[in-house]
Amino acid sequence: MWKAASNWVLDWIAGLGGFALFARDVLASMLARRPRGPLLVQVHLIGVKSQAVVLITGAFTGMVLAAQTYFQFHKVHMDTATLAVVGVSMCSELGPVLTGLMVAGRVGASLAAELGTMRVTEQIDALRTLATHPIDFLIVPRTLATIIAMPLLTAQAIAVGIGAGYVVSVYFLGIEPAYLWANTVTFTNLQHPVMGLIKSVIYGAIIGLVACYKGMNCGEGAEGVGRATTEAVVYASITILISNFFLTLILNRIIPAL
Amino acid sequence: MIETRELRKGFGPQPVLRGVNLRIESGEAVVIIGRSGSGKSVLLKLLIGLNRPDSGDVRVDDESIVAMNERELLRVRSRFGMLFQSAALFDSMNVAENIGFVLQQSRRYTEREISVKVSEALEMVELPGIEQKKPSELSGGMRKRVGLARAIVYRPKIVLYDEPTTGLDPVVSDSIDQLIVRVCDRLNVTSIAVTHDMRSARRIGKRIVMLHEGRIHASGTPDEIFSSVDPVVSRFVKGISDLRDTPIQP
Repeated sequence: MWKAASNWVLDWIAGLGGFALFARDVLASMLARRPRGPLLVQVHLIGVKSQAVVLITGAFTGMVLAAQTYFQFHKVHMDTATLAVVGVSMCSELGPVLTGLMVAGRVGASLAAELGTMRVTEQIDALRTLATHPIDFLIVPRTLATIIAMPLLTAQAIAVGIGAGYVVSVYFLGIEPAYLWANTVTFTNLQHPVMGLIKSVIYGAIIGLVACYKGMNCGEGAEGVGRATTEAVVYASITILISNFFLTLILNRIIPAL
Repeated sequence: MIETRELRKGFGPQPVLRGVNLRIESGEAVVIIGRSGSGKSVLLKLLIGLNRPDSGDVRVDDESIVAMNERELLRVRSRFGMLFQSAALFDSMNVAENIGFVLQQSRRYTEREISVKVSEALEMVELPGIEQKKPSELSGGMRKRVGLARAIVYRPKIVLYDEPTTGLDPVVSDSIDQLIVRVCDRLNVTSIAVTHDMRSARRIGKRIVMLHEGRIHASGTPDEIFSSVDPVVSRFVKGISDLRDTPIQP
């Protein structure tokens, strides 16, 4: 029992160390040379192709949040503050976090499975024999593409979420639009979307790095690829949720209310 | 010139190579034979720095590669070409992109020059006109030929072949062997092949090295190896199992 626990801790520490070295190599490659792989293709695959799922998530989250807030605020006659809650929540928390989780599920799994399959079919070894560093050609374009795509997707999710919340508030719940919008603009200031977009860039880096690391270090065969795919999604999602708490504390301190 | 000195490599508690000393001169055509699991492919990957040894040294053109980091190894690997057992073609790219990959990455050639070199490489492996096909549309033999074209298009000095004929029918195997011999002669490259296909070993090797129990057990010309009286070598080249000497227990 004790031995199993100590082995688990040692494996965990070794994994963390491996990930830190991997992230260092990726960062060094990003700073030292321009991407050798097809960056725009990856931005398309990661960003453009994730739009539908992110927009649907953003829209329905905004709608539910508006409805739920209204049902509570109506009891204390604060109906017109409904969309302000939606705005602040979508901009600073729900927009980046839900977009991060959806992209971690869709893109993280895809990246880990693609790279894992390349590894078990010796394609990554082939790349190395062709005098090409896998980090330069495979990892940097994918991680950069995720970092570029995430703020764009988050901005879309926020905009659609607030828009959907507005539609529900005005046309389904009958809130007076002028007061609703006035309160939204009063309470949602520039600090919130800036905070959300900074978070989204960090989540993009987390998704890209975790998924690529898991794919590049997957076990043998179909089982190894399957496990790497699952772990990529789970670890990226958990890291996003945990880091969100600390980012919220830090960003609220360093970004003044604008 | 490639040289290994007391090369050792194990996976977990299981030692695979227990001190391999091997010297391959420039222009040689060497075939490494040995039973499945004897460490042939591991040795091949150590020669090009894809794996790292537990101890010992690998020297390429008198330069030790074991202490090099991955970026330094890229420079050394540009002298190598390698044909993998599964061909390891990039399945997201078509044949032309696979073969022209190194040329594209070097950024020294125009699209037109790359296209010409890809066509030449495909003609050399007798597969002209399949530039636009995807690897998934190719048969096993065609994949191996495209893998060979990819390995030689940038004119490396050393070409490594990992089980080049495994899984192919005898006719296709023969054609692959002929291609390997032709590449070795025409391009004047050092060829190092790993195989347990004895017909193939005889056709492509000017020297045959046998790996047994993690060490070089025998080395000689094909005629010497095939006429060897050493029981381990003799059994292997004749394909005689140890089981014949073992009485079956009731």
